[in-house]
Amino acid sequence: MFSANRRTLLRATSLVAVATALGSFASTADAQEKIRIGYAISKTGPYAGGAGITTLPNYELWVKDVNAAGGIKLGDKKLAIEVVEYDDRSSSEEAVKAIERLANQDKVDFILPPWSTGLNLAVGPTLNRLGYPHLAVTSVTDKAPELAKRWSNATFWLGTSAQISEGLADLLGKLKSEGKIGANVAMVSVADQFGIELSAAGREAFKKHGFTLTYDKTYPMGAQDLQPLLKDAIASNPDAFVAFSYPPDTIALTEQAQLLKFNPKVFYVGVGTAFPLYKGKFGAGSEGVMGIGGWNADSPQLKDYLARHKAATGKEPDRWASSITYASLQVLQQAIEKVGKLDRAAVAAEIRSGTFDTIIGKVKLKDGLLQEVWSVGQWQSGEFYALAPASLPGARAPVVPKAQWQ
Amino acid sequence: MLLVDIILPGLVLGGMYALIALGLTLQYGVARIMNLSYGESLVAAAFGAFSLYSGLGLSPLAALLLAVPIAMLLNWLLYRFLLERLMRRGKDRGAQEIDSILVTFGVLFVIQGAMLVAFGGQYYSYSYLSIPLTIMGSTLAVNRLVALLFAAVVGGAVYVALTRTRIGTAVRAIAVDANAARLVGIDVAALSGFAFAFGGGLVAVGGVLVSMFLTFNAAMGVVFTMKALVVVIMGGVGNVLGALVAGLLLGVVETAVARLVDPGLTLAATYALFLGVLLIKPTGLFGRAAS
Repeated sequence: MFSANRRTLLRATSLVAVATALGSFASTADAQEKIRIGYAISKTGPYAGGAGITTLPNYELWVKDVNAAGGIKLGDKKLAIEVVEYDDRSSSEEAVKAIERLANQDKVDFILPPWSTGLNLAVGPTLNRLGYPHLAVTSVTDKAPELAKRWSNATFWLGTSAQISEGLADLLGKLKSEGKIGANVAMVSVADQFGIELSAAGREAFKKHGFTLTYDKTYPMGAQDLQPLLKDAIASNPDAFVAFSYPPDTIALTEQAQLLKFNPKVFYVGVGTAFPLYKGKFGAGSEGVMGIGGWNADSPQLKDYLARHKAATGKEPDRWASSITYASLQVLQQAIEKVGKLDRAAVAAEIRSGTFDTIIGKVKLKDGLLQEVWSVGQWQSGEFYALAPASLPGARAPVVPKAQWQ
Repeated sequence: MLLVDIILPGLVLGGMYALIALGLTLQYGVARIMNLSYGESLVAAAFGAFSLYSGLGLSPLAALLLAVPIAMLLNWLLYRFLLERLMRRGKDRGAQEIDSILVTFGVLFVIQGAMLVAFGGQYYSYSYLSIPLTIMGSTLAVNRLVALLFAAVVGGAVYVALTRTRIGTAVRAIAVDANAARLVGIDVAALSGFAFAFGGGLVAVGGVLVSMFLTFNAAMGVVFTMKALVVVIMGGVGNVLGALVAGLLLGVVETAVARLVDPGLTLAATYALFLGVLLIKPTGLFGRAAS
């Protein structure tokens, strides 16, 4: 009696379970109510610092903005965004695994990219195989043109190492011909893919513009004291100091330069110069410092973006890749709306061929690459203005020689 | 001239290494906890100092008065309610060490997770005592000198306490042989907990002082754990004086390599020195012969 009862109970329960499962399945298959967007981002590990400033706040801001406006327009209705988020722990294997899971188990409609050159290159082949559009925003590599040719779904947004170094060398070359600086450059770089690529491109570009490298050394990632390096760079008596550095080193080099009263005519540091942290820490001392990236700070759209970013996330954006990250998401949204259905191949093609209105102005990619990218910026009166390439609208004139440290 | 310019900044860098390793040498050497969450605790103290400085305008040196007792209490609780059980359960030193590695590996993620929720992944940095001071033609930052001074004073005081006081002698006895110490009436559990908590207090000193001149984020703990481990093992596990000497030595060697050879080789120099010391003296510079 008891066992029969138990069996009935079991059967009933399993039936209910199956019915519920079928029901929920039917309801999701029936009609798309939401657009599922997934991403794996470095919330822990060495990349968390960069991802936490440049990428993640913009994902959150964008999702908030889109959902507040009712969602992404698909045909005659608007679908809200539903997010699936993973931590890639700054590891390539984790990032690739997470992408596979987002596609195969979570069945998300679109996947947003991770932060850093390395992780974007790592997930590239997988996103390509799975047929998802790949917005490789925060990746600076000379392989970008070649990769964009190989992966028809991928787009690159920050320019190549050569473009960035060439932009800097070009600017310094112009200053030299105007007699504002001499021909001596001291260059240091972090010993990792970013530093190696940029310093290699820099070596060539400086030579082409008639500069002499009086000092050219690399330092290991995570070095805790950069004073020895800086002292030898100072001893080489350069007109311009150039560092292809990461945020902690960017801060340390600036602090040490102030302590050692090293005030060359041009002081250029790498990733992190455009961060709000830099201005926050050095205040008036940041005046005249040049760095990688930049933005057209006078543009009303970017001013509005800055205010919204601050309101939504409590902090200011990075003045280089943050606005481009947000713009790439606007491009994704507009491409989906133009295609009018969740056809990933068509959306990827549209991103490459279409023209879009974004906070950084009209975006039209060429061969999968954003062509008009800022390579050098400078802190002027508390804002990080773009200087080079000078041909782009909004470029400012450099202030050289740099003011004394304050 | 160049010699002064290598030795002084080298000692200052080494002072920082010694400072971040002092706590670990007590926690590992005496309480036998291979604390893998060490670096995370250090970063947590740095965040504490940053919050007090940017929120209340409290100087990091004043923050020490607050951070050290809090860190000691937290570490004591951690020991009392989590680690002590493991120590009692472990059959021998090896088993205890493996258990403590596994547990503190978990604690690492708890601390890191809490910091990520509170502060996010981005970098933090502030300026305090970032004033140049020129000694014999070599310019140093006052905040790094303060760290060196603290390392010397704290390290010296702990060394004297360990060698000249009753309680210090008891702590050393536990480090040598916990079972024998128990036989002579030493309360091993209580004193181990005290040593662990005291080590935790030293971690907080390191974290607060380091935050004055290094840029940090919630993900950076492992860097400090690695450096502290190298210093502790090189100095001889559990030997405070050894940690001091090893830290200073490491700083001078790194600075010398950066100035005389190539700044790209400082990391290689660190591990070459580490391996060299271990090849010649497997128990570290001041380590006892293996029993």
